Amino acid sequence: MMVSTSSTIMMAAEIPYWGQSLLRVLGGIAAVLLPAGTIVYVFLFKMMSFMQSRLGPMEAGPYGSMQLLAEVGKWLQKEDIVPEKADAFIFKIAPLVVLVSTFLLVVVVPFGPDAWFTNFQAGVFYALAIGSVSVIGILIAGWSSANKYSLLGGLRAAGQLIAYELPMVLAVVGVVIQAGSMNLQQIVVAQNTGEIFGWGGIGLPFVLTQGLGFLIFMIAVQAELTQPPFDMPIAESELVSGYMTEYSGFRFLMFFIAEFATAGVFAFIAAVLFLGGWGVPFSWFGWETLADVDSWMNVAGPVIMLAKMTALTGIIMWVRFTYPRFREDQLQSFAWKVLIPLSILNIVVTAVLKVAV
Amino acid sequence: MTMLSERQQLSYIAAQAADARLNVELETEGMTLNIGPQHPATHGTLRIIARLDGEQVVWAEPVPGYMHRGYEKLTEVRTFPQVTTLINRIDWLGSFANEVPFILAAEQLMEVEAPPRAQYIRTILFELSRIANVGLFLGDLGVQMGAVTPVFLAFRDREHVLNLIEGATGGRFHPNFDRIGGLKDDLPAGWVAETRQVMKRMRMFCDELEDLLFGNEIFQSRTRNVGVIPADVAKSYGLSGANLRASGVDWDLRRDQALPMAWDKVDFKVWTHPDGDSWARCWVRLQETRESTKIVDQLLDGLPAGPVMAKVPRIIKVPAGEAWVSTENPLGEMGYYVVSKGDLGPFRVKIRSASFNNISIASWVLKGVYVPDIITILASLYFILGDIDR
Amino acid sequence: MDAADAPAALPGDALREGVVERLRADLGAGLIDSHLVPQTDLWVRVSTEAWADAAASLKAQGFDYFCFLSALDWMPSPYGKGEDDPTVEKEPLSTEVVPGVTGGDTRFQVFARVTDVRRHFGVTVKADVPDTLEMPSWIPSFAGANWHERETHEMFGITFAGHPDLRNLYLPGEFEGYPLRKDFPLLSRMIKPWPGIVDVEPMPDAAEEEDGTAEATPEEGGAA
Repeated sequence: MMVSTSSTIMMAAEIPYWGQSLLRVLGGIAAVLLPAGTIVYVFLFKMMSFMQSRLGPMEAGPYGSMQLLAEVGKWLQKEDIVPEKADAFIFKIAPLVVLVSTFLLVVVVPFGPDAWFTNFQAGVFYALAIGSVSVIGILIAGWSSANKYSLLGGLRAAGQLIAYELPMVLAVVGVVIQAGSMNLQQIVVAQNTGEIFGWGGIGLPFVLTQGLGFLIFMIAVQAELTQPPFDMPIAESELVSGYMTEYSGFRFLMFFIAEFATAGVFAFIAAVLFLGGWGVPFSWFGWETLADVDSWMNVAGPVIMLAKMTALTGIIMWVRFTYPRFREDQLQSFAWKVLIPLSILNIVVTAVLKVAV
Repeated sequence: MTMLSERQQLSYIAAQAADARLNVELETEGMTLNIGPQHPATHGTLRIIARLDGEQVVWAEPVPGYMHRGYEKLTEVRTFPQVTTLINRIDWLGSFANEVPFILAAEQLMEVEAPPRAQYIRTILFELSRIANVGLFLGDLGVQMGAVTPVFLAFRDREHVLNLIEGATGGRFHPNFDRIGGLKDDLPAGWVAETRQVMKRMRMFCDELEDLLFGNEIFQSRTRNVGVIPADVAKSYGLSGANLRASGVDWDLRRDQALPMAWDKVDFKVWTHPDGDSWARCWVRLQETRESTKIVDQLLDGLPAGPVMAKVPRIIKVPAGEAWVSTENPLGEMGYYVVSKGDLGPFRVKIRSASFNNISIASWVLKGVYVPDIITILASLYFILGDIDR
Repeated sequence: MDAADAPAALPGDALREGVVERLRADLGAGLIDSHLVPQTDLWVRVSTEAWADAAASLKAQGFDYFCFLSALDWMPSPYGKGEDDPTVEKEPLSTEVVPGVTGGDTRFQVFARVTDVRRHFGVTVKADVPDTLEMPSWIPSFAGANWHERETHEMFGITFAGHPDLRNLYLPGEFEGYPLRKDFPLLSRMIKPWPGIVDVEPMPDAAEEEDGTAEATPEEGGAA
């Protein structure tokens, strides 16, 4: 991970600017692909298989650990098929749009006191805005495929993803009110220095006070990722693969990686917002502010984030493999009639308590 | 077809290709979606042409025939014992059940009755094929809705039933075990005890699935009040089996018909449901599966000793006449109308298969539903392509 | 035989006889013949004109469950089974039309079955098909007859007057011929000799047949 130039650096030499940028890029790629790989192997190949009373891939590598590499290799060497009637340019850039939005999203996630890519003051705002960019990618994938199934999938995606943006944003507003800042680093610090009725033993992870917001956020994330029970846009038993039907080979690989990478990144963000991010309660080590935090936290922070991300993604995947899918109209009415009113209620209660208490 | 000229063959191919190709122009009055013969949801090569208005179906029509094998013509050139190999493959998930009505019809014409032990074993194998068939349906139901886990549980537990069928008959899927006058062989040693174990396991599976899938709120909201078929419409279309009972009609051929099988020797409940929607159809099938395990247990308790084959001549010639026998197969009412002229083989066999009638109602029931509901309704009506197309 | 010469009712099956009586009352001369196997089954033959009325009458009597509808071609196949050695001369087969239960005057007959789910029994109804091969449709009484009539049409060539959409169900659009007719050959047996010719078992003589051994050995299944 990269360190900021203004604080004490771990390595002896001063890293030139181009080196920092290179490390940032590599770090970003690792931050996106490592969770994707972990999620795919642990949850998709193994947890899903064990839930379904089978072993999963066992051939490639010990216990099938190399399966993902094998799959990547398989997809890379496939023929590049673009349907004849498809709008070729849009067809080709659609998966890029989705994947790029994931990379752009991870740059704002803090992994340690000094281990961050960017430290926007309006980090939350940026994250939510960028998270919507992938919707465009899905829409143009559905439209440009010249396939009625893809079109139906794309249209369903349009309705669903836009509908579930709102609960996600509103759920996060409660966190912002409680933390008093839109800066993600500040939110982490606020959770780890917070106290529950004067006891700082476990800090104040916002999952405790913003439990409703957490729940709404996780449901909205499930919908944003088009995972069951909200996978109408893909709906394998009706639309074959929805907006991804015509994609094969490398382009499908990009969609596939984007799906799990985005799950990982949203889990990172949820961990930052609700579970205390990269930190443990500062009172364990006697720290008071961010400046007090030791440098070794820059190494431990990413590990802690990975653990929290895995836990949250485990829940997402667990729900994914268990539930059947909602019908489109049920899905929409759930978002508009249930989640949005609840999240507004959450904001009101948070604001009242913040001011009054 | 050797009867068609080159030109005709080419024009036929072109017409099929144009037919099956997905239409790219968007008509604003409505989009025609071809849920084509190759599709993950249809249990086989069924094609549904749907005209959509947004997500709502304005008009839908199933097009069967992609798997038509011409069974009725094929039976005319076979001898009676050879026909059983053929009709095994009509409903390939519950295959022993296909042989039984035909054998009973031939026995009715020959005025031969299978000995009691054979009748009991026939009934046991019949119920086992029902459990295997409907067990798959229960798992498949989840997959159609998007729940990917129940289907693996269904296949895992169904394997045990298939092992039993294989142990008794030698074939997991196509036993070809029924003979005119009885059965090919007696049961192997230890089969009865093993069957009891498997029935216990299947009951556990039914409970598990009732909890996992039927208790799920999303599943319920997807199936309740979807595809309601009132009883009189169901009867006029000839809907049978669980579909009819889910519309409230108390009609079960095992109980309501006197056949030389062992159903009258056991106690079982006929499950009905008043609603007639997809939920009712799925629920009735689940209860029937559980009931079948209890029937098998009772039959095993009362299994008489004796021969498994009556005295029939070596070369079977069925006397002239016509007979109709139908039974309560896993998919519904399956029957054979056998016309014999005293030859070695039948003169004409009309195969009445359950799924043919069950799917003919699709164009009536699919009007005005959403696209996902098409899948739900078809899944709950439950068909096997071989049964529709013969 | 016509209604006036109806055979004496067999004892013990009042239910099925009642059906015949009611049909006679509704259809009059339309009811041509009936065949009753007591406690087992009932066949009824009606005239061509009374075909649709028979459906209505049966439905009114409580037979509201439609089982199936199809046709019978009583002419024996001139091609036989196609299992004979093609190098051996064989005699042409008789193609004399011999009808079955409840008789018949024509080569084709349509037949259908309806069931009463409350009284637990069914009736098979037959009717002759005239040379024009036109029959009235059963759809006004039973909506489910739609697909069955389409299949009968494509397989036998019988048209049903009043059917909204009589097109092929199974066969592709350009198909010529009516497959289930007996004079339409089973092409798989025409194209090449039946593989089981060398193994055909000669017919046993009468003495061996009367002997009747205890186990009936099933014949080897043949290839199509």
